[in-house]
Parts: sequence; C-alpha cells; structure tokens
Amino acid sequence: MEFFHKVSAFPFMHTRRVWYAVSGTAIVASILLVIFRGLNLGIDFTGGIETEIRFSQPTPSEKVRAALSAAGMNEIQLQMAGGERSANVRLKSAKDAAGEAKLSQQMLTALQTVDPKVELRSPTEQGPQVGKDLRDDGILAMLMTLLLILIYIAFRFEKKMGAGAIFAALHDPIIIFGFFSATQITFDLSALVAVLTVIGYSLNDTVVVFDRVRDNFLSMRNAKPADVIDSAVNQTLSRTVITSGATLLVVVVLLILGGSTLQSFSAALTVGIIVGTYSSIYVAGAAALDLGLTARDLMPVQKNDPELDALP
Amino acid sequence: MYHFPAWRYWLVAIVLVLGVFLALPNVFGLDPALQVARPDRTAMDATGEQRIVGILKAQNLGYKDSHLEDGHVLLRFLSEEQQSKARAALTADTKDEFSVALADASAAPRWMLAVGLKPMNFGLDLRGGVRFVYEVDVQGALRQATDRLERSVRTALRDKRIPYAAVATEPTRVKVTLRSGEQLDAALEALKKSEDGVTATSESSDAGPVIVVQFTPDAVKQRQEGALEQNVITLRNRVNELGVSEPIIQRQGRDRILVELPGVKDPNQAVRVLGATTTLEWHMVDEANDPIEAERNKRAPLGSKLSKMRGTNSPILVKRELIVTGSQMTNAFSGQSNNNGLPAVNVTLNGAGGSAMLKNTQANVGKRMAVLSIDKTRIQPDEQCKGVRTDNWCTQEQVISAATIQGVFGDRFIITGLGLNEASELALLLRAGSLETPIALVASGVIEASAGKDNIQKGVNALVLGMALTFLFMGVYYRGFGMVANLVLLSNIVLLAALLSLFKAVLTLPGIAGLVLTVGMAVDANILIYERIREELRLGNSPQASINAGFEKAFSAIADSNVTTLIAGVVLFAIGSGSIRGFAVVLTLGIMTSLFTALIGSRTLIHLIWGRRRKIERLPI
Repeated sequence: MEFFHKVSAFPFMHTRRVWYAVSGTAIVASILLVIFRGLNLGIDFTGGIETEIRFSQPTPSEKVRAALSAAGMNEIQLQMAGGERSANVRLKSAKDAAGEAKLSQQMLTALQTVDPKVELRSPTEQGPQVGKDLRDDGILAMLMTLLLILIYIAFRFEKKMGAGAIFAALHDPIIIFGFFSATQITFDLSALVAVLTVIGYSLNDTVVVFDRVRDNFLSMRNAKPADVIDSAVNQTLSRTVITSGATLLVVVVLLILGGSTLQSFSAALTVGIIVGTYSSIYVAGAAALDLGLTARDLMPVQKNDPELDALP
Repeated sequence: MYHFPAWRYWLVAIVLVLGVFLALPNVFGLDPALQVARPDRTAMDATGEQRIVGILKAQNLGYKDSHLEDGHVLLRFLSEEQQSKARAALTADTKDEFSVALADASAAPRWMLAVGLKPMNFGLDLRGGVRFVYEVDVQGALRQATDRLERSVRTALRDKRIPYAAVATEPTRVKVTLRSGEQLDAALEALKKSEDGVTATSESSDAGPVIVVQFTPDAVKQRQEGALEQNVITLRNRVNELGVSEPIIQRQGRDRILVELPGVKDPNQAVRVLGATTTLEWHMVDEANDPIEAERNKRAPLGSKLSKMRGTNSPILVKRELIVTGSQMTNAFSGQSNNNGLPAVNVTLNGAGGSAMLKNTQANVGKRMAVLSIDKTRIQPDEQCKGVRTDNWCTQEQVISAATIQGVFGDRFIITGLGLNEASELALLLRAGSLETPIALVASGVIEASAGKDNIQKGVNALVLGMALTFLFMGVYYRGFGMVANLVLLSNIVLLAALLSLFKAVLTLPGIAGLVLTVGMAVDANILIYERIREELRLGNSPQASINAGFEKAFSAIADSNVTTLIAGVVLFAIGSGSIRGFAVVLTLGIMTSLFTALIGSRTLIHLIWGRRRKIERLPI
C-alpha cells in the first residue's frame, strides 16, 4: 500500500505568510488565554485540602469515585487505605472557610449514598506536589535543553536552522497551553510530561525535514532557497504524515480508552502531535528561510570538513 | 550484492539473547510475600530460616518457597490468603523476635533471582505503597544549638576565670552580662572561640558590659541544613531496617522529608519504625527518693521527674540534670560483653558526649543511670495524648534502660544485664533515637496506586491496542518490510525492558509516557528508511542498491533527530527530579535501544532475508 506514490509539489514556502498569520494568531491567542483565563491547574500544582474518610465497611475505590463524581467533584485525587476501610481525598481548596465547610458537607452527603455511617476527619491543608523548586528546575531544564539543541543543530546543520527548530519547538507547547486554557481541561503533572514529549516529537520531525533541506541544498545548487526547502518538505511529506498518523493512532486510542488518569496526558499529546506536525511542515523551514538561510550557509562547512558527516 | 560483515549477525544475535535473558523476569509478575527480619538488622541465617519454615510446617500452612536474601528471609506464597494466614501464625509464634512485613516479590523462578536477574520496579503511582511526609523542626534545631552554645559560653568563661553577672539565652543568641568592663576584651576573645561559627559583639547596657554571642548566618544555615540531613540519614537507616526495595527518601523544600515505600502494604510496622520520632537523654536515677510514693502523691521531688519503665510500667524517678543526649551518640549495636559473654549493647559517643560522660561517671560509680526516650508526635485537636500535651504536640517519656555504673568510662561503654532480645531491641531503640531534631509526621497513609487499579488496567489495555494497530498498519502499508519493522519494534521493547531491569530503574506513569515517545521514534526510524528505499526504487534503482541507499541516506536523519531528543533526555535527567526524571530515564535508554534496533537490527534482518539473494525482481515494500 502507498498513500504517496508521487512526490507532491505543494508550494509551502510560497504561502508561508498565511501560515505565519495562522501561527501568529494561535500563539497570541494562546498567550492571551493563559494570561487572562488561566490554566485549570491540577492539585499537583496548586496543593489542596486533604480529608480522611472512614467507612464502616470496605468500600471499593470505584464506588467512592463515582459517588463524588456524581456530586460534581471530578477533580479529585483519591487514595484508598487500610483495606478499603478508609480513604484520603484531595480536593482543590475552596476560596474561604465558608466554601470549605460547604465542600465538606457536599462530600459527606455524596458519600452517605455509598455508606450511611461514613465519617469525615477534619481536613488538612496540603502543599503542592510540584513545589516552587521543582517548577524552577523544570524551567531551567527547558532553557538548557533548548540552548544545547540550538548549539547541536547549529553545529550539525546551520545556526539559522537551529533558530528555526527552536522557534518550532516553542511554538508547539505555547499552543498546547492555549488549548488547555481554552478547554479548561485539568493541567496536571502528566500533562506537563506530555508537553515535554511533544517537544521531543516536534524536534524529531523538524530535524528530519532539515536533514532533507541540507541534502537538497547540496544537490540543487542553482535553485532558490524557497524551492529547495519546498522540495525537502514535499519529499519528507509521506514520512511526516505516516509517522504522525501512526503515533496519533496510539495516542487517540489512549485518549478514548485510557481512562481518566491518562486523559490530560493523551489530550495534550493529541493536540501536540497535530500542532507539531504542522509546525515542522509550515513553521520550522519558513522561519529558517526568513532568517536568510541560503545555500552558502550550508556549503562551506560541508565541503571543508567532510569529517562532520561521519559524526553520529 | 554488497559487502555485509558477519560480525553484525553475531552482534545482533548476542544483544538479542542477552536482552531476552535480562528482560525475562518481567514476564512472571509478582507473588504475595512476607519479609521476615531481625529487628536489629543482624542477618538471618539458615537456622532462623528453618525455624520460620518449621512454624509454617507445624501448622500445616502452605507457602511457595523461602530463601535468604539481604539478611532477611523471604517467603513467597501462592495466594494472599496463604500470606495472611502465615503472617498471623508467625507474628503470634515469634512475638518480637522477628519483624514480619507484608511485601510483594517477583514470581520468577528461584535460579533466575539467584543469578541476579530482577524484574523492573514499578513506582508508587503504579503500584501503591506507603507515603509519609515528615516535617523537621528546624527552628527547634536552632534552639537546641543555642542551648548548647549557652553551655559552651559558661564553660569558656569559667575556664578563663572571667566573672559574669548573668548568661541568658534568647531564641537565637546568648547574652552575657559581665561583672566589670576590665575583662571585656579577654571575654570577647574567649567567647569568639567558644564554638565554631559564632560572633561575639559587645554592647553597653545599664546593668554593665554585655556581650552578645550568636551564630553567623552561614552557621545558622549550616545547622538547619545539618538537622535536615541528619534526619534524612536517620530515616534512611530506619527504612533499611524495614528491608523495602526501592524506597524514596527525599528532602522536600526547606523543612520536609518525603518517604515513599512502594509495594509496602502494611503501614503499621513502617509507622512503628519510622514514626518513632524519638530523642534520647541520659540522666542519673534519683535513688534518694521513693518513686512509688512520688507516684502516689503525683508529685516528684525537687530536681527530679517521675517517669515509667518501658515494659513493666513501674514508676522511676530520674534527675532533671541532663548528662548526654542522643545527638551525641554516634553508634549503638548489640553484642556480647567481653567479661562474661552475656548480651550487651555497645554505645559510642562523640567527643563532647564522651567528656560529659567521663565527668559524670567519675562522680557516680555504683549509682544507676537511666536512658530516657522522648517520643514527640503531632496530634489532631480531638486526639488523646497519654503524655504531656503542648499545642499540637504530644510528648511521651519513658525510661528504656536503667543500669548501674560499674566503673569510670567516657565515649565507649556497654550496657549489660539484658536478655538477648532486650539487647537487640535496646540497640535498635538507641540507634533509632539518635535524632538531632524532633520530626513530626505531617502526612501518612497506605496508598493505592495513585492512578487507581482500574485506570492502570484501562491505560495498559489502550496502549496494547494502540501498539497492535500500529503493527497492523506497518504490516499492511509496508508488507514484508513492515513485518520486519514489527519484529524490530518488539525487540526494541524487549531490549528497553532489559535495560530498565538491569539498571534497576523504577517505572512510573511519566516513564510510560517516555515509552510511548520512544516507540514512536522507533517506528519513525523504520518509516524513514522504508520511505527512502521506496524513493530509490521509484528512481529505477535495483532492489539491492535501493535497500543499501535507503539505509545510508536515512542514517543522518535518524541519527540527528535521535541525538537531538537524546540531548533533551540527558538534560532532563540531570536537572529534573521525581517524575520528570522517570520520564528522562526511559527516554534516554529507549533512544539507545531504538537506534540500535533500527539501524543495526533491522538492516541485519533485511539483509538476512533479501540481501543474500542474487536476483530479486520486486521488494515486498
């Protein structure tokens, strides 16, 4: 079977202003959404109120979850203890003491449908699992990663391409954050890991396209840079679409059947793979082109130092 | 035909065989198990094992097998019912001689575990376990340090014979009022050297010349850090007593310590051993007064306090004056007395503790000295406290040992007059009590896998289905070559499982995310190669030349994209912590295995199938 029997010839670079507008709008909208609407951060990030529940008989976690969910408390972390006779429920804190009392009362009413003799212990305040130091670590890691990748791509390819790749790699998480803000799906620790995964995918896609760009600049000496990049994107299009399709297949199955824990993770990945595929086709190459990438940028390095090619 | 070196076949074959071998223990799953250990960490031997097995056999209780591992006996069972019956029988029959903990153990055959093959571990989020969060009283550590500073200040002044009117301790500093200004300089000089990292400054006041001694900011920080570090070490020692595999003991922020024990299902023992936030103090026993009378009157004589003996609960009076604290003890272990071979506990103190003990024993040979243990627990407002209550803290004191001082000694001494079990228990209590600073359990609980059993099952099913669909797609889209890719992907997963088992990595939910990314990249590598081969075929090249060119030309794209992702993985591993790290480990190892399988494994297999034929009309791609 073959979807792409002939190499396509879409003029991607020709229409790049359209895609800049699309990406630009998406990025600006995402940033505005995150600033003004905010993310629906999970308990991992916000901390919350932990309440101990004592049941009069063993009660399976599914029942507890269902009862709380029926009362509109979907966003909980539930941990069973003591042979299902007790449980710890974490909820996001309410705004004030009155709200907290109301939450407790709601929880009690909901749980009494499962076990009329249920008891609630006094709730305690819990700090976030992702503390400030962890968050700072994460940001530092992100910046370090981007810097090192920039250096690597500049070394193996060219620095304008490095900048293009970084631009595409930043483009995707921003839009994912925007998506989470727009839909208000809980952004928890696993969503954060998904964002890291998306950056990995997006870079991978971009580098594959760039590899072809590098090849084509050498083989199409007299072509205009825009045409060279276009041909590279078109030549790798079958691979890009098939790989993304195959990965998307796994992630969508995970989104539909994976259960509530994996929901935010697979949602972030689904959006991320779509956006990542788009950005490596439309954004990365175009950014490098508008930064002034020409054949000359790639030539001398390749010619003078053939050893570089032997490097992994 | 192109040249294809034979060593490649060997390399792929050897790596695959090794990978299958290392990954094999993962196939078996887990058995319910019991870990039976001596509470004082002395190793169990074959006699101990026989005794435990004997108890089970005598009561006709079933078990799968037993063996010695890391100084404890591991019993594996065929069902949880067997496990709980055996546990009840063992705890009833051996009392406190052994500690029996519920556990999971790999169900792999014995020989496999014996040669060191172990399955990979699952993290707390996938497996459940026990989690504790402790809060260290860092302000208390500073107060204690200031109290000690006060003693050093008095000693320094006495040594230099500088008369003083008063020495007062304020929360973080010591204030000395001198009798006269004449010796101000000498006093300043002496006080600066009274302890490391202190400053002494003079102030004038109405009462006379005043010197303020306090710790430098660095010293304060160092002491608080030290208190936290010391507690982490103590908790780690205590966790080792439990014999839990893959524990996590981690500092959290400025004053918290997180302890996670994956797979532990029975928190009671863990709480007993970890939850004992005990500090120790040595005091002389007040033998001049009658403790029974004091108890009846509910009043202790001046300078003494009423306490109870551990175990018998009989009253005992101890003097308030403190000789040595647990923080000055460096080690305690049970052994035998040199004189008569009777059970004894060997105690070692640090320098300051040693000289204090020396001074005390010189004056008190023949009198009795007591070891007081002070349990501090954080309690809820509605909870009962058997001891003394201050705000949210409940302090319980008891005397764990009272022995007659036989001679003068300093930093090394032994406590005798104990039974074998008592000696090992006292040693354990002493060691566990050498806490620098009180810690409070602020959160604890047995937790189910945080993802929830049903959710994990759903997730695993979805992953398997997703993979199956990918395999199906590859088979349909690339036909024969697609099947090769599927084999290569399978071997990639096997190799990754092998590496994770080999490095004893802990697989967590984020780790599974890493797995998804890696498998995606491995699929991608194959797609890149096959698309390149198809391109070459379209250009009219021969099948052999196309295969060759496809691999060659796809190499740089695969290598560069994987190295780029590898950079991200390594940085995340180096800087990230917790879940981010779990993701990075799987990602990094996965990229290595997928590079190997896609570039070397798949080429070898393709060469094996299609490369050796002289003439091929069409490739199944």
